[in-house]
Amino acid sequence: MMARFFSLLWVVFGVLLFTFLFIHLLPGDPVMVMLGESASSAEQSVLRLQLGLDLPIWQQFTHYLWRILQGDWGQSLFSHTSVAQLLAMRWWATAQLALLALCIGASVGLPLGVWAALGYQRWPDHLASIFSLSISAMPHFCLGPLMMLLFALKLGWLPVSGMDYPSSIVLPALTLGFGLAAILTRMTRASLLEVLHEDFVRTARAKGLPERQVIIRHALRAACLPVVTILGLQMGSLLAGAVITETVFAWDGIGRLLVESIEKRDYPVTQACVMVIALSYVLINFLTELLYQQVDPRLRRRFNRGAVSGGAA
Amino acid sequence: MRLQLNSLPSLSWAHWPAGLILFWLVCALLGYLLPQAQPDLTHILQAPNGHAILGYDDVGREILPRLLQGARISLSVALLVSLLSAVVGISLGLCAGYFGGFFDTLLMRITDIFLAFPGILLALAFAAILGPGLSNVILALSLTAWVSYARLSRIQAQSVSQQQHVLAAKSLGAAHRRILWRHVLPLLSAPLLVEATYSMASLVIAEASLSFLGLGVQVPHPSWGAMLRDAVRYMLVAPHYVLVVGLSLVSLVLAVNRLGDQLRSQFDVRGKS
Repeated sequence: MMARFFSLLWVVFGVLLFTFLFIHLLPGDPVMVMLGESASSAEQSVLRLQLGLDLPIWQQFTHYLWRILQGDWGQSLFSHTSVAQLLAMRWWATAQLALLALCIGASVGLPLGVWAALGYQRWPDHLASIFSLSISAMPHFCLGPLMMLLFALKLGWLPVSGMDYPSSIVLPALTLGFGLAAILTRMTRASLLEVLHEDFVRTARAKGLPERQVIIRHALRAACLPVVTILGLQMGSLLAGAVITETVFAWDGIGRLLVESIEKRDYPVTQACVMVIALSYVLINFLTELLYQQVDPRLRRRFNRGAVSGGAA
Repeated sequence: MRLQLNSLPSLSWAHWPAGLILFWLVCALLGYLLPQAQPDLTHILQAPNGHAILGYDDVGREILPRLLQGARISLSVALLVSLLSAVVGISLGLCAGYFGGFFDTLLMRITDIFLAFPGILLALAFAAILGPGLSNVILALSLTAWVSYARLSRIQAQSVSQQQHVLAAKSLGAAHRRILWRHVLPLLSAPLLVEATYSMASLVIAEASLSFLGLGVQVPHPSWGAMLRDAVRYMLVAPHYVLVVGLSLVSLVLAVNRLGDQLRSQFDVRGKS
């Protein structure tokens, strides 16, 4: 467990190092790049001082770490607002989208996967695999416009894009959720098929339990574990992977902020976006792993058995 | 003679992924031969007709030649990036898995950091540093794609290095280079081939994503991602444009993914969960 924690610390350090180096990796003098050719030398030296670019590089890095810890993430070069405030707002918009997408993905993908596994090699299985194959081949910038065309323009049920109505969240969430559902269908199917061959399922059947009970009480509970892990991992990448979907639907989340900042060369914002997305991803993965170890009865049992045999010796 | 004929694989519907990929490769080659489509303002966004079987785009160029040239760019970016990142990733991973020690630990800790950036985030960051353009897209994608090759070949090389034939070669005094090249790498080819196939599919999507966001291949080079960006803008007036480009991309990605599945079951490689 400690090893896992140290690896987390190392990765967080690595992410911070990368985002710190980001400014220095830009071709040319970062100050010139950020301010453009027309800036006066006074403006340049102000920014240089502000960024601490006159110090030796390791000192710059420790200053950077200290600033990040204090929540002082610099200022946007365009709107001149605090980057931390900007990100907090946008992060919440993305988190809402990701949570809704996760609910949609789970409520479509899990039943479909179960249905496919129970109808193994018959038409439910084939239908589900056609669904998951075609959706996973469809990038979000194809699926998104298709959704828009169908639900917003032809049927007129939902707003096309933007964030003006509460229902604006539905289409981007559906786009992300369907992509997730495709993965979940495959995972649930594979994991349930594996479990159905296990001894404890045969035992449950042999004791004469009705098939429904065998599936729901015994097989599904065991099959859930890997699926929960996938859900956690996907939640992390949803926070990040919404870049395209947010751009398509003009959803003002962190992904869209990232793309806008790259277009406008608003480097402090780009830097902070990359950092926040990567750190959210890493942290959520870490928490998922912790949860998994708590939930899996096999890991718990192994621990208990070890304790008992240790006591006997 | 008869035996030989029987041992040839017979063509069936199961071979559609390979067939479709071949089709797009031929199209990409045709893309070299066709001249650049000229804008013609009288045809703007016209639907398909007898003269232009796929219709016209938003500045009145025929879509067909642009689609083929886009296929050329998409496929050559994906192939080049695969090649670059495979060579770098496999050689690093192979050495790390075979020699172990400090280099191994260092490489794994570095890849840990690369894996902290989900999806196309790292490619986006590199694209932001490097700026748009064809060669920068190739560089940005290669900088992110080598990691999975390195991880895979490292773990495989580790297990192969323990096998009898490698120990035998070592005790016969074969040089490390020879062992790696002749005794370890050939055993890695099946899982690496499967990995390369899946990575091609995600590279096609990644390149299109970057171009869709305006950070990839720039005008006048047509790229499927950039074409989709224009097509989505005129989706209402000219649905044929978005359909043609979208379906092309989906068909290519579907075929490559499916080929990966087929290769995986053929070589009996255990899938990544």
